[in-house]
Amino acid sequence: MITLDGLTKQYPGTAQPAVDHISLTIPKGEVCVLIGPSGCGKTTTMRLINRLIEPSGGTIELQGRDVTHMDAVELRRGIGYVIQQVGLFPHLTIAENIATVPRLLGWDAARTDKRIDELLELVALEPVTYRDRYPRDLSGGQKQRVGVARALAADPPVMLMDEPFGAIDPITRTRLQDEFQRIQARLKKTVVFVTHDLDEAIRMGDRIAILREGRVVQYDTPEAILARPANAFVEEFVGQDRALKRLSLYTVESRMGPVASVADDAPRLRADTTLRDALSALLGARSELALVLDPSGAALGTLRLEDVHAAAAGR
Amino acid sequence: MMLLLEAWTFILEHPARFGQALYTHVVLSAAALGTAAAIAIPLGIVVADRARGALLAVNAANIGRTLPSLAVLALVMPVLGTGFAPSWFALTLLALPPILINTCAGMREVDADVVDAARGMGMSAREIVFRIKLPLALPVLFAGVRTAAVQVVSGAVLASYIGGGGLGDFITAGIAMMAVPQLLVGAIPATLLSLGTDFLFGRIQRRLTPIGLRT
Repeated sequence: MITLDGLTKQYPGTAQPAVDHISLTIPKGEVCVLIGPSGCGKTTTMRLINRLIEPSGGTIELQGRDVTHMDAVELRRGIGYVIQQVGLFPHLTIAENIATVPRLLGWDAARTDKRIDELLELVALEPVTYRDRYPRDLSGGQKQRVGVARALAADPPVMLMDEPFGAIDPITRTRLQDEFQRIQARLKKTVVFVTHDLDEAIRMGDRIAILREGRVVQYDTPEAILARPANAFVEEFVGQDRALKRLSLYTVESRMGPVASVADDAPRLRADTTLRDALSALLGARSELALVLDPSGAALGTLRLEDVHAAAAGR
Repeated sequence: MMLLLEAWTFILEHPARFGQALYTHVVLSAAALGTAAAIAIPLGIVVADRARGALLAVNAANIGRTLPSLAVLALVMPVLGTGFAPSWFALTLLALPPILINTCAGMREVDADVVDAARGMGMSAREIVFRIKLPLALPVLFAGVRTAAVQVVSGAVLASYIGGGGLGDFITAGIAMMAVPQLLVGAIPATLLSLGTDFLFGRIQRRLTPIGLRT
């Protein structure tokens, strides 16, 4: 669990604090997304947690310990750190990059070696192929997979991720988001995730903190933020299409009704399709009804346009 | 062609003198380069992290660079006298600027994101210097050493003027006596030595470039 209390960062010679009395509690095992327009203090807040920036006031507690009283270097070795530009060490192989923190912690070679293979497999890179390559041999997406593997190396309970998928093409980004969610479902890290992309925030976040001018405007679950924006700023920030964004939070499976007979030309949907994509399919087929199938093609249920309406309206 | 033959004959007739001059030339150059590297590399590493320090060091080094080698030797003589030591000192001064400038530049050019990642993962300032910045700066740093080495080997010819010995002795004597063959005995080996140094240090530079950065 991470608790920020009255956290403030004021740079000398500036009128307004970059981070202004932020108080947040991030439960263990959850992903908290910090989002807001540029200059809102989201990255500064994240960098205060591992003390890459020293706070001017307030406290940061990590699993009940006040981090300002810990040795900064020691602290950072226990926190996974992923940045947009990845920052792989170009003179070291992929294996050596991943081994960074284990080596700093003095792990023996056999244990480190085993861990490298485990992590490469976790991020879907074949160990035999990638271990001895250098960062320049990798694509942007592969580099960021290694970046995530490197951050997870010593199995830190907390991860800080600063726009980790921001510099990656949209198709690869979606894949990496999916993979990270799969990894997170298994590992249950406490994650602080900075982004400026609301769709990403909704996909990745268990909770979203919307920041503006160094303050938290709203801190809530994605569903609640989309259904009940706290003020005009949040409403504008989440956009006119927030009903559609809400739909992307739900799968067809969670809203479908029992199997019924449908027209031959009604859309066929997989159970894990989002309601947003389901709506698109219904509109495209000019249909009120879609059939939900399992991977083998057996009918699981039906989805009515009304079900989609209800979900969008928050019912 | 005749002159070359005469020069060659001169070497064969005076093997001890030639050997001694060549030896002094190499030792003088190596001593000056080694001393300069021992001062400029640590200094460059330390000042690279301080914006003002780096600016100061690089500017000072640039001024040092504009001084003609002969002028440096001439300026040293009244203070340190003549012989090996003042030549060593003067050549060290000559070698400092390129090494300092390149060490500083190499350290400062390391990608800020790489350094941020290293800090964020819990490397201490020392670990960042020795495990990340220095290996990445090494090719640029060593390019400075290479430049300095060639300058020192060439500049060492002038040590003869202040009694430092080396291959320059044949050149000064050759000029004084209007003996071209003897002049060549100094000039040609000195030139070959400079070219050889450049080639050798070029090879070392390539070896020192981390595999992940080689092109």
